Amino acid sequence: MTSTVSPAGVLTGRGVSPGVVSAPVVRLGPPVSTSPDDPVGADPAVERERVAAALAEVADDLAGRAERAGGVAADVLFATSAMAADPALLGAAGAELDRGAPTGHAVTLAVRGFCERLRAHGGYLAERAADLRDVGERVVAVLSGQPMPGVPAPGHPVVLVATDLSPADTAGLAGGDVVGLLTEQGGPTSHTAILARALGLPAVVGCAGAGALAPGTPVRLDGTTGTVEIDPPEPGDRGHEVDDGAGQSSPSLEPGPGRTADGHPVPLLTNVGSGPDALAAAATDSEGVGLLRTELLFLDRAVRPSVDEQARIYAAVLAAFGERPVVVRTLDAGSDKPLAFLPLGPEDNPALGVRGLRTSGANPGVLDEQLAALAMAAAGTGRTPSVMAPMVSTAQEAAAFAEAAHRHGLTRVGVMVEVPSAALRAAELFEVVDFVSIGTNDLGQYVMAADRACGPLGHLLDPWQPALLDLVAMVGAAGAAAGKPVGVCGEAAADPLLATVLVGLGATSLSTAAGARAHVRAALAAVGMPVCRERAAAARSARGPDEARAAAAAVGPDAVGRREGAG
Amino acid sequence: MPSRTVVVASEVGLHARPAATFTRAAAASGIPVRLQVAGGEPVDAASMLAVMTLGVGHGQEVVLSAEGERSEEVLDSLAALLGKP
Repeated sequence: MTSTVSPAGVLTGRGVSPGVVSAPVVRLGPPVSTSPDDPVGADPAVERERVAAALAEVADDLAGRAERAGGVAADVLFATSAMAADPALLGAAGAELDRGAPTGHAVTLAVRGFCERLRAHGGYLAERAADLRDVGERVVAVLSGQPMPGVPAPGHPVVLVATDLSPADTAGLAGGDVVGLLTEQGGPTSHTAILARALGLPAVVGCAGAGALAPGTPVRLDGTTGTVEIDPPEPGDRGHEVDDGAGQSSPSLEPGPGRTADGHPVPLLTNVGSGPDALAAAATDSEGVGLLRTELLFLDRAVRPSVDEQARIYAAVLAAFGERPVVVRTLDAGSDKPLAFLPLGPEDNPALGVRGLRTSGANPGVLDEQLAALAMAAAGTGRTPSVMAPMVSTAQEAAAFAEAAHRHGLTRVGVMVEVPSAALRAAELFEVVDFVSIGTNDLGQYVMAADRACGPLGHLLDPWQPALLDLVAMVGAAGAAAGKPVGVCGEAAADPLLATVLVGLGATSLSTAAGARAHVRAALAAVGMPVCRERAAAARSARGPDEARAAAAAVGPDAVGRREGAG
Repeated sequence: MPSRTVVVASEVGLHARPAATFTRAAAASGIPVRLQVAGGEPVDAASMLAVMTLGVGHGQEVVLSAEGERSEEVLDSLAALLGKP
């Protein structure tokens, strides 16, 4: 079946890792294919030895990558390495050789047989078929003396398109040219999803039309709504991290702390998802971690990580950031982030169900262990981490969380503001916590009653929605009255113009993906606090997101050179 | 044939890393070890794919069996591995 894609169409898949990027697509290097008509080796016994050697080479290579990768990727690669070392795989390939199959094709057939069995199990096991297929492709590459398939590095930002991605593919993505992932197959627990979230790369999976995209086609990928706009009309104009991906050099962007033109400090922090991520961020001019998404450290874990192991991971992050602040968010499981070791059961309406702090009702041990581990890490490193809970609805929940954290000896305690009730009653929150951090993505979905995973509602999820800005303003005012910090760690903070509006609304720090920081810093440095406030007021007086964006852009002597995307 | 009956302690059973650790240990033992769930066929305990597809869950009982030299010792250590949470 061939599907064609109109030049200016929109594809829809499942958004599994939030963020918006615009860049041309590049396809994963095609695997070396095999055919029953390939030349057959003279002696099946000799060919079997060649296959055994190739399997061992691939198993060793994957095990070596596991050791170097650390975190989530290490577990995935370790398990995949064990598949390559499986004697049953060699046995099946040997049987195909005995039946007269060409060497490489014998491996393909053996892998195909096991993949079918995995798929027949459905769910988690079915998604391991991609891992096994990757093993097969690597073995075939070794047998034919070709390089192992890998992620292309064209030297400019790209969205990587593939049928599905294996752990070995995704493990090589950090720090490369790939700014987004788009796959035809895969679900929310596929490795593409897990590792994309760990790396903070926007990703859309299960997108049937992705295979028809010609290499080089520019797309605008939204990892929240799952939409992929082909040939977007105004690439780079909506405040995402990547410009148009055509490889032009960025405007010169000075490193250093975040501050407005009139010297008002606005610490620019980083959202990180894993140990290696955090360590990479620590080596930059990031002013700290505004959001350590602890669930991402554990997404692919079959077994709940021990207190000691967690403590080691947190201690590494705290030590790496030294004097800089680190805000650790407790497990935000449920809804779109299922955890194997925290079974929550199916929900009709997961975004409104048991997620975030709410999961601790039925599983109090998980939160307790996490707080204990963080306290251990704090004691071991001599640092004072901040800890915050996700999905807090009431001041009572916030108080209970603060009490639990204090019991473990943690002194800086905060909560996320993602639920409108928390924003509306923010003053009460500040009576029991030391700081809040606004998650604009969830706050937007809840205030607009628009599921983040619902593509057609993307316009309601625009972070420029004035109703969302109103809620941010309420939290900002409550924070100022209490004299306590108000962070923003949602994607809104990564939009340079919107970042100035958020500061005008009362945000005292902004936490973004690492790639967005330079542009946000430049935008803040260009305006003083009065302009930020004026922009905030202008945006809030608008009737819709496009109007809000235009109104904010029109304020300020520095003339933000943005075209208005309305119409 | 010497055997051990073990309750799998890993919280989601024998998947991913626990399965990889177990199959690698079984392979490293140097003798053929079989793993069986109640009512199922025994499979090669050194086979990651076979062990994964058994779909053994947390708290499920499995039977390990092996023959030959050192089988008692090997079974003890593998049973201990499965019994660890």
